[in-house]
Amino acid sequence: MLKQRPYLIEFLTAAGLILAPFVLPWLGFAPNTVNRILVWGLFGLGFDILFGFTGLLSFGQSAFYGTGGFVAAYLLTRAGFPNVVLALVIGMIAAAAAGYLIGLIALRRTGIYFAMITVAIAEVFFFVEFNPLSDFTGGENGLPGVPTPSFNLGFTTLHFTTGWSLYQFLALCYFIGVVIALRIVRSPVGAVFSAIRDNPLRATAVGHNIHGYKLTAFVIAAAYAGFAGGLLGVLQAFMPPDAFTFDTSGQLVMQTAIGGRGTLFGPLVGAAVWLSLQDFLQAALGLGAAWKLVLGIVFVLLVCFLRRGIIGGLADLYGLLTGRRSAREPDESAPEVVAVASTPHAAAAAAAPTPVRPRPEGSPSGPILQAKGLTKRYGGLLANSDIDFTVNHGELRGIIGPNGAGKSTFFKMLTCEVHPTSGTIVFEGRDITGMNVTDVCQLGLTKSYQVNQLFTGLTVRENLVIAALSGLRGKFKLDLFRSIDSIPGLPERVQHTLELVNLTSRPDTPVSELAYGEKRRLEIGLALATSPSLLLLDEPLAGMSPRERVETVKLLKSISQGRTMIIIDHDMDALFELAERVTVLQEGRVLVEGTPEEIKNNSTVQEAYLGGVHGVLAA
Amino acid sequence: MINWPNFVSQLFNGLALGALLALISSGLTIIYGTLGVLNLAHGAMFMIGGYAGYVTYSYTGSFILAVIAGSLFVMALGVAMERIIIRHFYHRPHEDQLLVTFGLGICFVEIVRLIFTSQSQVVPPPALLQGITSLGFLFYPTYRLAVVGIVAVALGGLFLILYRTRLGMIVRAGIEDSVMVDSLGINVYRVFMIVFGIGAMAAGFAGIINAPVVSLTPGVGDDILVETFVVVVIGGVGSFPGAILGGLIAGEIISITSMFNPGYAYVMLFAAMTLVLVLRPHGLLGTQGRE
Repeated sequence: MLKQRPYLIEFLTAAGLILAPFVLPWLGFAPNTVNRILVWGLFGLGFDILFGFTGLLSFGQSAFYGTGGFVAAYLLTRAGFPNVVLALVIGMIAAAAAGYLIGLIALRRTGIYFAMITVAIAEVFFFVEFNPLSDFTGGENGLPGVPTPSFNLGFTTLHFTTGWSLYQFLALCYFIGVVIALRIVRSPVGAVFSAIRDNPLRATAVGHNIHGYKLTAFVIAAAYAGFAGGLLGVLQAFMPPDAFTFDTSGQLVMQTAIGGRGTLFGPLVGAAVWLSLQDFLQAALGLGAAWKLVLGIVFVLLVCFLRRGIIGGLADLYGLLTGRRSAREPDESAPEVVAVASTPHAAAAAAAPTPVRPRPEGSPSGPILQAKGLTKRYGGLLANSDIDFTVNHGELRGIIGPNGAGKSTFFKMLTCEVHPTSGTIVFEGRDITGMNVTDVCQLGLTKSYQVNQLFTGLTVRENLVIAALSGLRGKFKLDLFRSIDSIPGLPERVQHTLELVNLTSRPDTPVSELAYGEKRRLEIGLALATSPSLLLLDEPLAGMSPRERVETVKLLKSISQGRTMIIIDHDMDALFELAERVTVLQEGRVLVEGTPEEIKNNSTVQEAYLGGVHGVLAA
Repeated sequence: MINWPNFVSQLFNGLALGALLALISSGLTIIYGTLGVLNLAHGAMFMIGGYAGYVTYSYTGSFILAVIAGSLFVMALGVAMERIIIRHFYHRPHEDQLLVTFGLGICFVEIVRLIFTSQSQVVPPPALLQGITSLGFLFYPTYRLAVVGIVAVALGGLFLILYRTRLGMIVRAGIEDSVMVDSLGINVYRVFMIVFGIGAMAAGFAGIINAPVVSLTPGVGDDILVETFVVVVIGGVGSFPGAILGGLIAGEIISITSMFNPGYAYVMLFAAMTLVLVLRPHGLLGTQGRE
C-alpha cells in the first residue's frame, strides 16, 4: 500500500507542506493551529508505528512526550543551553532511553495487560514530574521561556519565531519525521512489525525475535514522542506540565483512530479534525466545554462504524468509486482455474529448480533428528511417553495414529513450542531441548500448522517475505533504514517458494481473499520460506477436498526433493504414497515403525485402527 | 521517628481505600474474565455512581436510598451499554474494545461535567456514621471505619453470587472457557449482559460509598481507574480473590507511602506492579489462561 512509486509519498508530503501556508489561511486555519497540528502529527508518526503497524495500543505516550519536552526545555531555560535543535535531539534521546526501560517492563505482557501497564506508567511519570522532580520541571508552573530556533549560516541568520515563520521549522521537522517513518515502515523491520500485529505466534515460529522488535517499535514511538514534546515547548515558548497528563495520551490515541491507524498520516488528519472541530465548536457554535463531548461521540461512532478512520474510509471509498476492487475479482479467480488445471506442469517445474539447500550427493547422511525418551505430562495426563524417534537426512517420514495419540504434542515438542517433561531432542548434532521456537527455526527446523497460522491482513507475497526474512537476516537485526527490496536473495527465495506451493498467479492477493486450499498451501509456504533443513507438516491435507488432496500430494512430493520432512496426516493412502517410512503412535507411545508395506500389513496397527476385525480394509 | 497513632490511622486509611479498590477491581475483573472486554469506562461508572447517589440524596435526604438508587442506575447503564454497543465488539480485536470503551468513558465524564459543572459536590455521610470513633489509642472517622464494613459486606455478596449461585458457576466457567460454556447450550450473551451489569454496579456502588470520603468531581473516576489497573495486574486478571488481595496491597501502599511523601505513592505502587510482573507475570493469583 505504501510502496507503489518510489518517493511519491515523500514528494506529495513535501508539496503539501510547502503549499499549506498559502492554502490553509483561506480555510480559516490560524498559523498557530497548523503548528499544533504538525506537532501532534509528528508525535503520532511514532505512535502509529507502534499501534497501527505493530498492533501495540499504548495509553502511556504522554510519559515520553513529557520526558522529551522537559529535558529539552530544561536544557534551554535552566541549563543555558544555546542550541535549540541539539536540545531537542537530547530530549528525544532521553525519551527513547526512558522508552527502552519502560518497554522492558510493559512488554512482558501483551494485549490488555500492555494497555493497562502503559496507563499506569503515564500516571507515574506525571506524578514524578509534579513532585519529586518539580525543582527541575517547575512543577505545576511548567518551564517558561523556551526559545525558538535560529540558525547562523555565516552570511545570514535564520530566525524561526512564531506563526508561519516557526511553521517552516516545524514543517521541516515533520517532513524529516515522515521520511524516516516511511523508511522504517518499508524496511525488513517494518515487515516484521506488521507480522507481529497480524499473528505474533507465527511471527515467532518463523524465526523472528518478536520481543526485540516490539521493544524497537516502542523505542521508536518514544523517540518521536520525545522530539514532538520538545517542539511543543518551542511552539508555546513554555513547557506546560499538562504535556504529561493522561489526557495527552488519550487525545493522541483518539486522533490516531479518527484519522486512521496504520497510515502514518492518520494522526495528522486526526489532529487537524480534532483541533479545528474544537475551535469551531467552541467559538462558532458557542458550545463551551461541551466540545469534548461532541468529539467523544464522534470518536465512538468512528470506532463503531469506520474502523480504519478517515483515511481508511477515504481509501475504501476511492476503491469503490474507481471500481478497482470489483474489476480485480474476476482477474483473480480466473488464474485460479488455470493454476489448478496446469498443476502437473507446475509441479514438474517446481521440482526442477534447485532446492533452497541442495543436498550434495552422499553427504550429509545419518540422523538429522534424534529424540530420546520424550515424555510430556499435562497434570495427570500422559500425552507422550518415552518416545524414541530418529529421522535421517533426506528421509520423508510419515506419522499416523488415531485421534488423541499425541501426534501434535509430539510435533510441538520437536519444534520446542512446548518443552518435554523429560527426554532430549538432538537436531543436527545439537541438543535443542529447552530452546525456544525462534531459535530452533533459525537452526533450520520448522513446522506448518494443523490450523492455518497466516498473517491474514497481508498479501501472499508479504507473508512469504516475512518468513524468508528470518532465514536471510537472522532472528533480530536493526536494519531500520534498509529497503526490503535490497536484501540479496529475498526476491528469488520468495519467487521460488511461490512456485513450490503453486501460488505464482496470486502473489498480491490478500490472504483473506484466498480459497481454503490456497491458504493451506501458503501455510506450507510460510514454513518453506524459512528454508528449513527439516520440515514438519502437521496434517497438511486436513479439510481438503479429494481433488485438492491429489494436488497437494503432488506438491509435497516436489517439495520433498532434497529436503527432510516429517508429515502427520490421517489420510493414510496419501501418506503411504509419500513416505519412505511410517511411525505409528498410539496412546502417546510408538506402536510400530516401518515401511508403508510393513505398516499396512501389521496386525497391531490394524487392531489400533479397526479393532482387528476388518483388517483388510485398512489397506 | 514514626508517629505510631498516625501510622495506625494510615493503615486504616489503606484498608478503607484498599477495600474500595478491591470492590471496583472485582467489577472490572469479572467483566474482563467473562466477556474478554477491558472496560476503560469503568472509572466513569464509579464516578456516575457517586453522582447518581448525590442526586438521589439531594432529593430524598436519605443515604440508604442514594446507595440503592445509585447502584441500580449504574447497573442499568451498564446493561444498556452492553446491549447497545459492547456486544457488537465481542468479535472485534482487543484494541477496538479498548478504544470504544475509552471513548464512552470520555462521553460519560463530559455529560456529567455538562450537567453538574466541574465544581465538586459533597454528599455527607449518614447521620448515624458521622463523627469520630475512639479506638482507644487513636480517634478515627466513624464513616471510614464503616466503609470497610460496608465494602466487606458487598464483597461478601459478590462472593456469594460468584461461588454459590448457578449464575456464578456459569460466570466462573465462562472465565475459564467461554466457548465451551456457549456450546453447552447456555446463552452466554445473556450471561454477558448480566455480568456487565453486576460489574458496573460494583463500581457504581463503590462510587457512592466513596462520595462522603472524597468530594465528587467529574474526573474522580480517572485516578481510580489507573489504581484499579494496577490492582488487577498485581492480583491477576480475571481472578476475584486476586482483585481483593491486590486491592488491599495497593490501598496500603498508597496510604503508607503518602504518610512519608504523597508524591511517591504512585511510584511505589508502580514499583510493586513491576515487581509482580517480573516475578509472577500472571499476577499473584492469576492463572495462565487468557491473555
